[in-house]
Amino acid sequence: MVGIAVIVIGGLALLFGLLLGYAAGRFKIEGDPLVEQIEMLLPQSQCGKCGYPGCRPYAQAIINQEANINLCLPGGEITRLSLADLLNQNPNALSAKKQLEEIKMLAVIEESQCIGCTLCIQACPVDAILGASRQMHTILTQECTGCELCVAPCPVNCIQMIPMQPTLTTWKWPYPADSLSVKPPQGFKEEVELSLL
Amino acid sequence: MMTEYLLIFISTVLVNNFVLVKFLGLCPTISVATKLEPAIGMGLATTFVLTLSSICSYLVYNYLLIPFGLEFLRTITFIFVIAVVVQFTEIVIHKASPLLYQALGIFLPLITTNCIVLGVALLNVQEQHNFIAATIYGFGSAIGFALVLVLFAAIRERIAVADVPLAFKGVPVTLFTAGIMSIGFMGFAGLVK
Repeated sequence: MVGIAVIVIGGLALLFGLLLGYAAGRFKIEGDPLVEQIEMLLPQSQCGKCGYPGCRPYAQAIINQEANINLCLPGGEITRLSLADLLNQNPNALSAKKQLEEIKMLAVIEESQCIGCTLCIQACPVDAILGASRQMHTILTQECTGCELCVAPCPVNCIQMIPMQPTLTTWKWPYPADSLSVKPPQGFKEEVELSLL
Repeated sequence: MMTEYLLIFISTVLVNNFVLVKFLGLCPTISVATKLEPAIGMGLATTFVLTLSSICSYLVYNYLLIPFGLEFLRTITFIFVIAVVVQFTEIVIHKASPLLYQALGIFLPLITTNCIVLGVALLNVQEQHNFIAATIYGFGSAIGFALVLVLFAAIRERIAVADVPLAFKGVPVTLFTAGIMSIGFMGFAGLVK
C-alpha cells in the first residue's frame, strides 16, 4: 500500500517536473522583455543626457524605478509620451530629483574656426553634421538633438550649444507664474492593508 | 443535461459565490482589490488557474488515485497539482505579458495558497461531479470570484476618496463593504433550488 502510494505520487512528481522543465525551456525569457520594449522607444543616440551611460542603462533604471520617464532630452516629448503610454504612467509627473530642461539646446559650429577634422562627425549619433575632411562642417538644425556629444571632441572648441529659438510650430504658451496648489482630499492616504494577509 | 450545467454555472457564480457566501479566497479579495486594474488581472489569472487546476485535479483523482485506491492522499495531491499549474501559468504569463506579470507580482504565486483553488478541487470530489461538471464548476467559481473582486475594487476606489468617519477608516470600512456585498448576494439565494 505504502509502496504503491510512493510510486504513484513519485511518478506524478516526475511527470510534473518534466512538464515544468520543458515549459521553462520553451518559454525562456532572454533578458527583461520590458527593458527591450523601453529601449525600442529610446532614440539610441547613447548621449548620456539622462545621467545614465546609454539608452539601455536608462531603460534598466526606468524598470528599477530609479529614473523617471522624462529624462530623455533628444527623444523629447514624443518619447516621453510613448514611454508613459507603455508604462501606464502620468507623462506630466516630474521627478523632484532631476527635471527635464524645458529649453532645447542646439549645437552650432563657429564656421570660421572649423579646421575640418571630422571628429565631431564621428561623434554625432544622429548624423546631423555635414562636412568632409579639410572642409568646413555645418550642423543640420532639424536633425540635431542637442546631445552635446560633439562638443568634447572638437580640438579647436568651435562648437557651442545655443538655446533653440522657438519657431511658429514649436512656440508654446508660457506656464503660469504661480502654479495652482492641489490638495488631496482630507484624510486621504494610501491604505496599507497588506498586513491583513 | 445542458440545464444542469447551466444551473451549476449560475449557482457557483451568483448563488453559492465562493467569496461572499462560502467565504473562501478572502485574502486576495481584501488585499488585491484596492484598485480596478490589478483586480481585473488577478481575476483573469485566477480564472485561468482555477479552471485548469480543477480539470487537472479531476483527472488525477479519477484516473490515478481511485484506480490505485489512494483517495486518502487527495488533499496533498491536489495541493501538488495546484502548485504545478500555478508555476506553469507564471512561466507562460512572464513570457506572454510582462506588464501583467509585473502588475500581478507576488499575487500570482499566492494563488497557490489560495483556499478557493483547493476548495473547488475538494468540492468537486465531494459532490461527485463528472468531467464537464467539474470543469464548469471550476470555471463558474472563478468567474464568481473575479466578479466579486472587480465589484469590490470598484467600490473601494470610491471609498478611498470618501469622507469615512475616523473610527471606520481603513480595514473596518473594507469589512463593512464586504459584509454588505455578502448580504446583497443573498438576494440571489432563491435563483437556483
